[in-house]
Amino acid sequence: MSPKQKKTLYRIITAGIIYGGILIWSHTGSYEDMIEGKLIEPFIYLVPFLLAGYDIVLKAVKNICHGQVFDENFLMLVAGIGAYGIKEYSEAVAVILFYQVGELFQSYAVGKSRKSISDMMDICPEYANLVQEDGSVEQEDPDDVEPGSVILIKPGERVPIDCVILEGESFLDTSALTGESVPRHSGVGEEIYSGSVNGNGLLKCRTTKAYEDSTVSKILELVENASSRKSKHETFIHRFAKYYTPIVTIGAVILAVVPSLITGEWAEWIRRACTFLVISCPCALVISVPMGFFGGIGAASSIGVLVKGSSHLEAVADIKTICFDKTGTLTKGEFKVNSIIPEGCSEQELLEIAAKAEQNSTHPVAGAVCEAWRLSVNEGSPESRYEKKNAVAEPASFEEIPGQGICATVDGEEILAGNDKLMNSKQIDFKPVERTGTVVYIARAGKYQGAIVISDSVKPESVDALVSLKATGVNKCVLLTGDKKNQAEAVVNDLSKDVPKKHPGFGGKLIDEIRSELYPQDKVACVENYINELNGAGKVAFAGDGINDSPVLTRADIGIAMGSLGSDAAIEAADVVIMDDNPVKISKVMGIASKTLRIVKQNIVFALSVKALVLILGALGFASMWAAVFADVGVAVLAILNSMRALKVDGKN
Amino acid sequence: MKKKFKLQDLDCANCAQKMEDAIKKIDGVNDATVSFMTQKMSIDADDERFEAIMDEVVKVCKKVEPDCVIMR
Repeated sequence: MSPKQKKTLYRIITAGIIYGGILIWSHTGSYEDMIEGKLIEPFIYLVPFLLAGYDIVLKAVKNICHGQVFDENFLMLVAGIGAYGIKEYSEAVAVILFYQVGELFQSYAVGKSRKSISDMMDICPEYANLVQEDGSVEQEDPDDVEPGSVILIKPGERVPIDCVILEGESFLDTSALTGESVPRHSGVGEEIYSGSVNGNGLLKCRTTKAYEDSTVSKILELVENASSRKSKHETFIHRFAKYYTPIVTIGAVILAVVPSLITGEWAEWIRRACTFLVISCPCALVISVPMGFFGGIGAASSIGVLVKGSSHLEAVADIKTICFDKTGTLTKGEFKVNSIIPEGCSEQELLEIAAKAEQNSTHPVAGAVCEAWRLSVNEGSPESRYEKKNAVAEPASFEEIPGQGICATVDGEEILAGNDKLMNSKQIDFKPVERTGTVVYIARAGKYQGAIVISDSVKPESVDALVSLKATGVNKCVLLTGDKKNQAEAVVNDLSKDVPKKHPGFGGKLIDEIRSELYPQDKVACVENYINELNGAGKVAFAGDGINDSPVLTRADIGIAMGSLGSDAAIEAADVVIMDDNPVKISKVMGIASKTLRIVKQNIVFALSVKALVLILGALGFASMWAAVFADVGVAVLAILNSMRALKVDGKN
Repeated sequence: MKKKFKLQDLDCANCAQKMEDAIKKIDGVNDATVSFMTQKMSIDADDERFEAIMDEVVKVCKKVEPDCVIMR
């Protein structure tokens, strides 16, 4: 509890004790004798009344001076004075006291939940160990560290600023950023992101960005600004709150005056009007609805998904069509050796021959071949996988023939590695391989040795992602790609292959439509088509890796950027950002969004109906002021507690 | 120029909304948000008059919620 809350608590307790004392006293004879014939009773009750509610009186007076008439303090004061006016002293004190208890509880609950939400997003580094010119180390505010400075990150510390490792290696826990709990290995020369936690090694790094441009600040800014993009529900509540209080107050005035003029029973109707005033604050809604969305956004960020605003979270729950980019979204986006077809030698030998020729090339195909060879050599020892040693013989001569391949001389033998054009031009007798992907033919000393097929492979999670999306209520999954039709179909076939094994119950189609050979502007047109097709009955999302996708990310109702750790452009263009590249997160965030909306709707319906009920009962004379206080603060507290559920992620692990 | 300020003892969500509306009406303020959840206020206002505008903001906020302190 904050000091302010404690002060209020003590005041309420003291006022409560005095009030209780007066109540007991009022049942004894001496009290009757004392108030007999004198005007002393209102003053006796004034003591606990003022003790409990003097701040309400003060605030009300101040606000009236400032022209804020429809203020809850003022309305409570009027209710209190009204009760006094009709000689219901005891009830007046009780209402003020109960109201204060409720307010205190409400403020406590709000503070608590706000704290648990911000704890969840507590990725903010407090200091950086800056290495000075003389070699000494000093703790600095990350804000003051300039890009290009050298910092030390000790085991267990949070990476304060985006940087590149100069010395040391370690396993980094990026769960705060990506929701991924498996630590990531990073060594010299690799970029690491602020917000991740250093595992076991001491790292010396050079910062690449200022703190305010680092990943962690970007994320924090995003989450903090999220509340400024208001959802429809929030705008509704905002508008509702504006009119609700004046209307109820006017209702109270009418209720106090009109029937009284007719019946002449002023006391009774003023009492009923006072119950109106007590319910006139829309607090339950004004607090709980944004809090629900905030909780939902918090929950999403705990699984490594950033939602840029409540309005986007609302839209995510309503996704009916999802368009996927192929490369990097459903597939890994990296070239890997897919199959090795040796001719007269072993697979391992063929790889080694290829690696010898390709080791000095920067072509992605060469990279894939060398990587595969290194993995095959180092198999069985996970640590050595990170050592980038290359133990093959260096080529004596090396020539890269553009559009064809490589011609190198190693150990006195000429090695050719390239496509069919290279083989034809060197008059090598080779067997053409019909596979999707890039085929590299290898020949040594004029003799054909075999072929290596390099292709992009589907992510193992893609199947689960598509199946779970269909289960979450998505009607249509579309594949949009710039590649050729047969490559797109090969990917879909690859995906469908795993369905019977992994999801035996799934009967539908994984990908409903394939659109291939698209330029970026064609993708935009496609997405527009789907938006028109749905005609407002649901949203169209586009999921891509954020590279070259900005126009379509912006055009779709919801742009989902994947694998965005460290990519500012994607974070800029998208509405939902998935920090790692796991497509399963899409259906997870959809689940969070629908749960949040459910909670928000519950709160709106619950609060409005309780208030309406008590208003009607109050007008008819059945609801006491106690009931009215419950309808005001009690409902607010319940709604806040309900909102807190949005923070919990179901089945997180 | 856009600046962020922490708020202390911002106790009611309705007041945050009222503060936001009032700040937006100040001359020279392009945009403003008062977030009850994060207890933060961000103000986008004209550069050269920023300090003067901030004084105005503080005054306006005092009117709506006397308890709330803007940490400048």
